[in-house]
Amino acid sequence: MPVPMPLPPDSVVEIVPTLRFQWEEAQQAYVLLYPEGMVKLNESAGEILRRCDGKRTVNDIIEDLQHQFPDAELDGDVREFIEVAREQGWIRTR
Amino acid sequence: MSKAGSVPGDEPIPLWLLAELTYACPLQCPYCSNPVDFARHKDTLTTSDWIDVLQQARALGAAQLGFSGGEPLARRDLSDLIGEGRRLGYYTNLLTSGVGLGEARLKALKKAGLDHIQISFQASSKELNDFLGGASSFDHKLKMARLIKAYGYPMVLNVVIHRRNIDEIAHILEMAIALEADYVELASTQYYGWALINRDQLLPSRHQVARAEAIARRYQERLVGRMRIFYVVPDYHENRPKACMGGWGNVFLTVTPDGTALPCQAAGQIPGLIFPNVKQASMEWIWRDSPAFNQFRGLDWMKEPCRSCPERLKDFGGCRCQAYQLSGDATAADPVCELSADHRHVVDAVDRADEAVAHGHTEPPPLLFRNAKNSAALDG
Ligand code: SF4
Ligand code: SF4
Repeated sequence: MPVPMPLPPDSVVEIVPTLRFQWEEAQQAYVLLYPEGMVKLNESAGEILRRCDGKRTVNDIIEDLQHQFPDAELDGDVREFIEVAREQGWIRTR
Repeated sequence: MSKAGSVPGDEPIPLWLLAELTYACPLQCPYCSNPVDFARHKDTLTTSDWIDVLQQARALGAAQLGFSGGEPLARRDLSDLIGEGRRLGYYTNLLTSGVGLGEARLKALKKAGLDHIQISFQASSKELNDFLGGASSFDHKLKMARLIKAYGYPMVLNVVIHRRNIDEIAHILEMAIALEADYVELASTQYYGWALINRDQLLPSRHQVARAEAIARRYQERLVGRMRIFYVVPDYHENRPKACMGGWGNVFLTVTPDGTALPCQAAGQIPGLIFPNVKQASMEWIWRDSPAFNQFRGLDWMKEPCRSCPERLKDFGGCRCQAYQLSGDATAADPVCELSADHRHVVDAVDRADEAVAHGHTEPPPLLFRNAKNSAALDG
């Protein structure tokens, strides 16, 4: 398997258009929907993916989250999650 | 694919709603999952009945919506139902044989908001595909698969696998690659209804299964990131059952063409259960309170060996329909399990398959095709 390139901090991130990301009231969670399947996201994954809107860069997302959760040390975790989400085929970068 | 699940202990949510719109179908697959007596069930739900079902189930938390049949394209209101499903926030899946599809229809479905299409093939060669489906459909399916991709849908290519086509598995996967499928489901035949009648003709041998598994694995590794391949060994070849439907009344809710609500497509055959109908009861009552949906919910209904088994939270004792079919008792352990007193039935069937394949006698007795005439004859 090819080793994925590290993510440049100024790349714009978006959820892959064939997936659907939405809030599910009954599950009290964000989910990703795809053909015949669904992933229920935990709170932090949901907060990150909610910001992968095709407009914000990785840095924008981190900054935004830092603003919302000022006490958290989240830089590394967010980058790591975005890498994993890209490998999973959930998001793509430009 | 990883099906949606829920955490035990939570109030179960019917995350998956399967709308079996009609039992009408131009094909006659001898492993069809429709009930053997399908010919006597009529499509009695109207468009507004279905819309009501979709709305109620969505309010209960259903998120995945499958339109199947029969052949769902046989319903002329399909686009309207998809449109409503999409509007309600469902992820909409169309499960089709491709017969009855054309460019105009595909366009209309897209406009209605359809998210994904699963197209089924019977085999990867025209001859076998058309033999198994009982009609000439292969060339049309190829054309439709290309069109589905051209219209930008994610496409699942589904092939039900059994003795007659399992040796073609590499060829099937090559076809899927050529058609640029996003996912491939090599769905081992499940032996209920029609498939159970034809089991001694369809069950693959141990050797066939081992070979197919190795091939599927090779392709899986090769195609990481390009195409996802799902192949699960037929449960008859295992010594533990699958966690059927993610547990009875735990995730899945099926509504049949006449409005009967079922916890799984095959459940209708279990005697002594009265399945509720969406025309007489609310979806909420059906899911939460109806006796049928509670019959095998949780673990309390179990008897030995499941009752004290450490694996009961993993497989829920397997499939209730299979337990009933093979041991005559729907509360027994699924006979696929080595610990079941009736496991012998399963081993015997696989032994017979080994012998039949080794001796090459796949011909008599003939396959019984799924059609209205055979259905009426079997519905004694
Ligand atoms: S399995 Fe075959 S016969 Fe049954 S509904 Fe599907 S296409 Fe029709
Ligand atoms: S005994 Fe029952 S619970 Fe245990 S593995 Fe077998 S089927 Fe599953």
